[in-house]
Amino acid sequence: MISAEFRAVLHQLVTTPPHPAALGFRLDHVDTDGAVLAVPWREDLVGDAGSGVLSGGVVSSLLDHACGMAVWTALKTFQPIATLDMRIDYMRAAVPQREIFARTHVFRLTRSIAFVRGLADDGDPADPVAAVQAAFMLNSDGGRRAGANLAGTRP
Amino acid sequence: MTTAQAFADALAVSPYAGFLGVEAVSGSSDRAMMRFSPPLVGNPLLPALHGGSVAGFMELTATAALTAATQGTQGRPKPVDVSVAYLRSARPADTHARAQIRKVGRRIAYVHVLAWQEDEAAPVAEMTAHFLLADLDSTNN
Repeated sequence: MISAEFRAVLHQLVTTPPHPAALGFRLDHVDTDGAVLAVPWREDLVGDAGSGVLSGGVVSSLLDHACGMAVWTALKTFQPIATLDMRIDYMRAAVPQREIFARTHVFRLTRSIAFVRGLADDGDPADPVAAVQAAFMLNSDGGRRAGANLAGTRP
Repeated sequence: MTTAQAFADALAVSPYAGFLGVEAVSGSSDRAMMRFSPPLVGNPLLPALHGGSVAGFMELTATAALTAATQGTQGRPKPVDVSVAYLRSARPADTHARAQIRKVGRRIAYVHVLAWQEDEAAPVAEMTAHFLLADLDSTNN
């Protein structure tokens, strides 16, 4: 069970960070089993002009973000996390001009690492366009404060 | 067309490359730059670029390098799988990438991409990817 307050936070984490907002990400569904994110089709996000197919990079962004959402859902709280590693298999090209969905879940949570899997589809979950497996570091800020990345030394 | 021209063209004609602000480094056939812009940010507090911005940039660089290297001889490269390792948080700054084509076979190519910001020796991410160059079952893709 996810509280209304936490659901509101999760919704914000999909729609307000600049990159997801610029791509038009939407939180389609979230429960304790994981998250479903969607990215609407847009002409300026196509990889090959004229193909009408969203670039693989857009699908990568959506899967990365959806994996992060699954981690917060599994943790039942918000904390800084960082993608360590992400592997995506592209099984087929998406149908031109279709919205893409990413469905992700945490299959193992340890003290330091969350292991996440998911699938992307263009409307039918039984016919995926891509699969993802990713590992996330938990509490990734290591005590670094906001703005740490702007300082002179490399984190 | 020279390989460098084909590499620059492959990025210039991609709407998504335009969205990210990705362009070829002049005269190069394997190096690209993603100019910083606020929509690339994933974590506004740290602040850090979104992992998806960096992954998308590296994927575009790999695809353009392969398109340039195989121009006219093979079909459009389609990604089969990509694997990204994130090594450091990427700052709100220009990002660079270099693609290295490790193997081009008759049907499959394997590419490595390194992405960095101020120091190439301190990369922010690495990517390896397989691409399909010629599809035997063209109805399937």
